Amino acid sequence: MNSGLVSTPHLLLGLLATGTMHGYELKRAHDTRLPQARPLAFGQVYATLGRLLRDGLVASTGPERLAGPDRTAYTLTEQGRVTLDRWLSSVEPPMPYVNSPLFAKVVVALLVADVDRARAYLVAQRRAHTERLRELTALKTAPSASVDDVVAADFAIAHLDADLRWLHTTLDRVADWHREVHS
Amino acid sequence: MTQLQARGLVKSYGPTPALRGITLDIDEGEIVAVTGASGCGKSTLLHCLAGILRPDAGEVHWRGHRLDTWSEAARSRLRRTEFGVLFQFGQLVAELTAAENVALPLLLAGTGRRAARTAALTWLDRLGVAECADVRPGEMSGGQQQRCATARALVTEPRVLFADEPTGSLDTLAGEQVLTQLVRLAREQHTSVVLVTHEPRIAAYADREVVLRDGVIDHTGLGLDAPLAGGSR
Ligand SMILES: Nc1ncnc2c1ncn2[C@@H]1O[C@H](COP(=O)(O)OP(=O)(O)OP(=O)(O)O)[C@@H](O)[C@H]1O
Ligand SMILES: [Mg+2]
Repeated sequence: MNSGLVSTPHLLLGLLATGTMHGYELKRAHDTRLPQARPLAFGQVYATLGRLLRDGLVASTGPERLAGPDRTAYTLTEQGRVTLDRWLSSVEPPMPYVNSPLFAKVVVALLVADVDRARAYLVAQRRAHTERLRELTALKTAPSASVDDVVAADFAIAHLDADLRWLHTTLDRVADWHREVHS
Repeated sequence: MTQLQARGLVKSYGPTPALRGITLDIDEGEIVAVTGASGCGKSTLLHCLAGILRPDAGEVHWRGHRLDTWSEAARSRLRRTEFGVLFQFGQLVAELTAAENVALPLLLAGTGRRAARTAALTWLDRLGVAECADVRPGEMSGGQQQRCATARALVTEPRVLFADEPTGSLDTLAGEQVLTQLVRLAREQHTSVVLVTHEPRIAAYADREVVLRDGVIDHTGLGLDAPLAGGSR
């Protein structure tokens, strides 16, 4: 089930394992612990909590629905703890599919255009990657950076670095690749 | 203020051209990464800028003075006082302790023993290897050696630090720690840094990246698109 996306239900279960929280506290804990993550909307927090509640993985305390969702606090149930533990114990499939927009775009460029077009894309992508790499390096080396920030930036930097290596070698191979695509 | 200027640098090793006309300015306190594929001339450029090698043609100016025509003695004095040099494998003197290694550039520059030792200990501490002060390089890890070498390169508070793959022999985390300290200390002292590296993630620490290709600056920074220009259909 590795879609490359983080499972929001498990993430919320994990945050709730640290203690009972209101929806807005959960959202804040998420943003602190996972800096630079894809933004998590309040609506998504409440929708997910609703499903977890329905499945008995969390329990609500407080004046449910009476005074609006903000007044409700949520607690992990025993079943929720078991579900969380199962998730923590399972290894994510390491890249089961090569499913990168970068890769797909080069293929399409070679199909519908020529080597120059593919190269122009690779070069532009490399520039964008390099800029983001610099941004994240500045972020993580800033004196104010927390360990959360550093660890999040490290993850992104390592992946950008790997992409950059791929962009680099693919620039070298693009002419051969084009010949193969059109042979 | 511009610290270093290279004007049309050309350098060959026998028949092998290494630099084919490099023009480059480096400002005070600026950190410049020099990148490019293996053999493109990065180390040769660094050696010419630092006055270690003399270019065959072109000029190097140091704060407005032409340096490449100076005598070897004058250039080596400049390297001792104004420049710091750091290579991939620290190149510490095996017979000396870390503190003695770091004190060495100061002693050569005429600083007294006691003051040199005090400064050496301070710099070892800044690089996080105070505990290695009385240890010889053979008994230190690669990361510790590279930190000592960094302390030695910075102890004279040089105006320019020349670093050639300074983290090349270290694993990611150790390399990063050395580099982070190097960049922080260089910024504190307004030291310019010429940082040679082939790793994008290391170059990302610099203010500016200069990409070389076959001995020239690749102005586009695109590296590999040139061979195709005019060549495709
Ligand atoms: N001492 C030397 N004698 C002969 N040729 C040399 C010498 N040093 C370098 N060269 C050649 O000059 C060119 C540039 O070399 P240089 O060492 O400057 O490259 P580089 O970019 O630092 O490479 P690397 O990333 O592998 O360290 C290469 O073709 C190299 O083979
Ligand atoms: Mg080199």
